[in-house]
Order: sequence, then structure tokens, then C-alpha cells
Amino acid sequence: MTGLLAALTLQAGYNATLVTLGAALLGLAAGATGTFLFLRKRALVADAVAHATLPGVGLAFLAMVALGGDGRSLPGLLIGSAVTAGLGLLVMEWIARRTRLAEDAAIGAVLGSFFGLGVVLLTVIQTMSAGRQAGLEGFLLGSTAGMLFQDGLVIAAGGTAAVLATWLLRRPMTLVAFDPGYAAALGYDVRRIDLAMMGLVMAVTVIGLKVVGLILIVAMLIIPTVTARFWTQRAGRVVWIAGAIGGLSGYLGAAISASAPALPTGPIIVLMAAGAFVLSLFFAPVRGVLASALRHRRFQARVHRRQGLLALARHDPIREPFTLRLLRREGLIRPDGVATDRGRAQAARVLREERRWAEARSLHQDTGLTGRYDGLTPIEEVFTPDEIAEIDRRLGRPFAVPGGV
Amino acid sequence: MTPGPLSVAAQDGRLLDSGAPPPDSPLAIRGLTVSYGERPAVFSVDATFPARAMSAIIGPNGAGKSTLLKAALGVIPRVTGEVRVFGTPVERARDRIAYVPQRASVDWDFPTTVIDVVQMGLYRKVGLLGRMSGAQTRRAQDCLARVGMADFAPRQIGQLSGGQQQRVFLARALAQDADLYLLDEPFAGVDAATERAIVEVLKLLRAQGKAVVAVHHDLSTVRGYFDHVFLINTRRIAEGPVATTFTAANLHATYGGRLAVAQLDALALAGAVP
Repeated sequence: MTGLLAALTLQAGYNATLVTLGAALLGLAAGATGTFLFLRKRALVADAVAHATLPGVGLAFLAMVALGGDGRSLPGLLIGSAVTAGLGLLVMEWIARRTRLAEDAAIGAVLGSFFGLGVVLLTVIQTMSAGRQAGLEGFLLGSTAGMLFQDGLVIAAGGTAAVLATWLLRRPMTLVAFDPGYAAALGYDVRRIDLAMMGLVMAVTVIGLKVVGLILIVAMLIIPTVTARFWTQRAGRVVWIAGAIGGLSGYLGAAISASAPALPTGPIIVLMAAGAFVLSLFFAPVRGVLASALRHRRFQARVHRRQGLLALARHDPIREPFTLRLLRREGLIRPDGVATDRGRAQAARVLREERRWAEARSLHQDTGLTGRYDGLTPIEEVFTPDEIAEIDRRLGRPFAVPGGV
Repeated sequence: MTPGPLSVAAQDGRLLDSGAPPPDSPLAIRGLTVSYGERPAVFSVDATFPARAMSAIIGPNGAGKSTLLKAALGVIPRVTGEVRVFGTPVERARDRIAYVPQRASVDWDFPTTVIDVVQMGLYRKVGLLGRMSGAQTRRAQDCLARVGMADFAPRQIGQLSGGQQQRVFLARALAQDADLYLLDEPFAGVDAATERAIVEVLKLLRAQGKAVVAVHHDLSTVRGYFDHVFLINTRRIAEGPVATTFTAANLHATYGGRLAVAQLDALALAGAVP
């Protein structure tokens, strides 16, 4: 526990601190970049790209060993993974454009074959004397244990660059995700912007290999974004909220992982983000499950109230227990079901509203305004005072509550 | 020079170039062919739209109306053809063109507000590094007011009616302050009040000397709204002033049997159905 506290407050040593900050920056970059991936509806492409990094890791290791090097140098491995990930992306693009296969088929084909090749290469490397200690399997689920200072630096620098590039391209990427036809008409090169977006995703994937791992990196691109969607309706804010959620998840996850080195880092970071998602799902205002349940209850109460008052005005019996309870609670009827003075007054108002609406609908048959008649919207919100005066004039006499309610 | 033979149904397979496009035309298209796979949707089409006028592109479903517009803009690739906007190639005239795509072409659940969408019309002017200035924000708000939606600025676009969505798209085009407005079915699925509002805005643009070209599907309003008409069914059928070109003979040549005699009668056109 003290280990965790030390890691959270960045007191767990120089390396652990750098790794934790690197993971936070990576989460920020993944959340921000992933927003555009999500809005462009290409999350699965990113998953395939992530799986296509594995053969690159294996090949880079083999190449570095063959050249007499260490083989474990992180920059070398990342360059190798970027090469095969880029290749996988181009193959998917090519299949989707040049053949009759749909994009999902291309995703499946690339993900499966590249990942398969990667696993074979990794198995071969395990049999080599230089490979046994390489820890390449850490790239699958992420492992910050034994990370070097330079590794943390690479991740932090890459994350910063990805965040800056996302900020720079935010407007074209938003436009292309929302309305690619309009973007093209404005003169934006839609294909190049899409490629730039996938390039950013690839960069985040590659620098996230060591921390999150290739299997779960897509979760860090998507979960923060769908979480942020619960909190705002504007793409510009989704980007930064998602970045904040991603960054916080990376920070907490890496800190926990530093204090418990036996656990894989990636899943812990992803679980942090998933926790934020679950909290938002239930408790976000407006869009959360709880808020919408409350809203639905309020709506039901409004309907019952309106129907109850109309029934009072028309001397119809009220049988719904919920309606009776509601009217009684608001003091509109007495416990024996007879309307109070206030109940009669409100019933008269509701009846007048109904008659006004009926008149309005015959007056304005084609204006679209009458389409807003839902039995609940006050007429003053739809028509102007002079229009309502005209409606009242046509209705003729002033209203009196039908006697003896 | 005068643009090709007007108000005459072109012969099928006409491939002759009708000469260089007139330099003053807001939108001049020469020899445009667009294909989906190996099926041409628009074949060797010439078109010359007049300045300071409202023009309609009409034709049956699948005749290539929207395709013509999108290919002219470079939204979809063309196989052959030259497109000039005010005498310069379309690629170099982007800032003079405003495009209003079909409403159904976007996802209205996208996390964005009405004012954000209108500001998209200013993205090119703002650039990559720039900030939206106060004047530009006010300009976007003014454009919303012009389509009668000033109070809707902060609303999420998913909460709009079809007519309101169309107005927002029009406001975004207005924000560009262009000279040529290209609209793809602006009246499709909108309420009567919105249709009137849009027509008013377009007529005002024409009065300001702008050119308006719209893909249009409602034959009964062609005469009331437009000055110039372009009839297409994969190939160009006819083009010219509405008074002389929007005739029963040309409509029959465009729609074939798809247009019942009763419909033509309802339009009260000059000339008998052949």
C-alpha cells in the first residue's frame, strides 16, 4: 500500500516516475486521437493496425541481433512495429478500394494474418539463446517492469508529439468525420486527412506497445471517447475530456503497476478507463442511465397530471391510482376524489389550452408549428401572443369552468 | 460566345465538344463523365449555368443529378471532363463555391451543435493554426438568423427537425460568403415553411448577383423558383431558360414513360406530348 502511495505521488524512484508520466501522456494522446477514430467509425481498423505491429517487433529484434546489437532496444523495436503496422494499414486500404471485399473483411484478413505471423516469429525467437530474456511477450499486454529511462523518454516525447498533431488537425479531422463530402467541396483532401488520422492512431499504438500492449491499445483509443460522450455534445470538448480520462487512467494504471510489478500494465490501465466509463454510464447528467430514468419519471408524472386535470374538467372518472395519488399530493383533489378550488382552476386552464390547440391546429394546418402539439407543450412556447389572441377571438366566449366540478 | 444549342433535345451519343466554356459562367462543365464501377452515371455532359440566376438540375431518380454536382465539385472523381468556375478551374476557385450536400449524407447524432456546424463554413478562412475571431463568430450567428434559426445556436443537431437541419446546412454555406451556391435537393423532405424560407434566402442571393444551382425533384415548383433549367438523364437532354426549355417535349425526352400524361397536364406546359 505504501508502495502504491509512493508511486501515485511520484516518489517511487526516478524511472517509475518517468514511466508513470509517460503513461499519462500516452493516455492523453490515445484519448484525444481516438475521438476522431471513433467519430469516423474506424475503431476496428485501429485494432487490426495494432495487431499488425507484432511481426514488426519480431523482425526488428531478429535484425538487430543479426547486426550484432542488443535486440531489446526500444526505439529499434518500435520502428520495426511501425513498419509492419503501416504495411497492414496500406493492405487494408488496398483491399477495400481495389476489391469487392468490404472493410470488415479486410480488417479480419489483415488482423489474423499479421498477428499469426507475429506469434510465429515470437515463438522462434523464444528458442534462440538471445531471445529467451528479451521479454518481447511484454508487448502483448504491456509491461513497465524493467523499463529504462530512455524508454520512458521515448514514450513521453511520442505522446506529446501525438497530442500536438491532434490539436493541429482537429478542425479538418472533425469536418471529415462529420461531413466528408462538404470537406472535399471546401478543398480538403479527404484521403490525406484520413491517412493522417490513421497515422496518428498508428503512432499512439506504437508508442503504447510497451505500456498498454497491442491487444488492448484499441480500448485506450475508444473507451475514453465513449466515456466523454456522456458528458458533452460538442466534438471539441469530447477530445479534451477523452484526453483527460485517458491521461488519468494511464497515470493511475502505471502507478498501480509500479507497486505490483507482477501484474500486466495494460489491463490495469484499461480497467481504470473502464471504471470511468461505468461511472459515466450511470451517473452522467443528461445522458447517463440514472438521469434519463429520472427524466422519464418526470415525463410520466406530467402526462398523468395533464390527463387527470382534463378528466376533472370533463367530469370523467379518474381510475389510475398513480394519477389519483399525484393529484392528491399536489392538493388538486381532496382525499375523497373531489376537486379542490385550485384543482378546478388548473383543470379549467388545461381545458382552455386543449381548446386553443384544437383551434390552432385547424388554423395553421400546414405550418409545421402544429406538429409540435404533443399534449404537453404550453401553447405560449409555440405561438406568439398575437397569434394566441387570434385563436381566442375565434373561440369566442371567455372560458368558464363547467359548473359543479 | 453563346453556349451550345439551347432548348433543343440533344441527340443521343452527342460527343462533340461545344467549344470552350464562356469565361463569365459561374459553372461551366465540358465533357464530364462519371462512373460507378464500369457503369457511367453521367456521360459526356456539357453544361453552362448562367450568372445572377437560379438554375435547377432536373431528371428522374438515378439520372445522375447529384452525381453531376458532386463530380463538378471534385467530391467524387470524374473519368473525364473539365469544370470551370467563373472561368478558372474548379480546384482554384474553392473559396468562391459554397456547397449544400444532401441532408441524409451525414450522421445527425454527431456530437456537435448548430453553431459549430455553421462555423465549419469558416474553417478554410481560419486555417490550421488560427482562432475563430469574434467577428467570425458573429458572422456565423448572423447566417443562422438569415435562415430564421438564431435561437437554435447552442442546440445539439440531433434535436432538429428535417427542415431545421436543411436550414443549418444552408447557413453554413452562407457563412462561406461565396459567389456560387450549389445545393443538392435542398427541398427534399422539408416542411412548407422551411421551403419558403430557403427560397427567400436563395432569391436574395440572386438579387445580390450570386449564382444558385440546385438539384431539384419537384417539377411543380420549377417555374415558380427557377430561371434556368438543366435536364439530365445520364446524358444532357436540354438546357436553357425555364420559359423555353421546361417544355412537355423536353420533359418527355428526360423522363420517358415515367412521367404520366396527367402529371404533365398538371404542369400546364406549352407544347403537346409527342
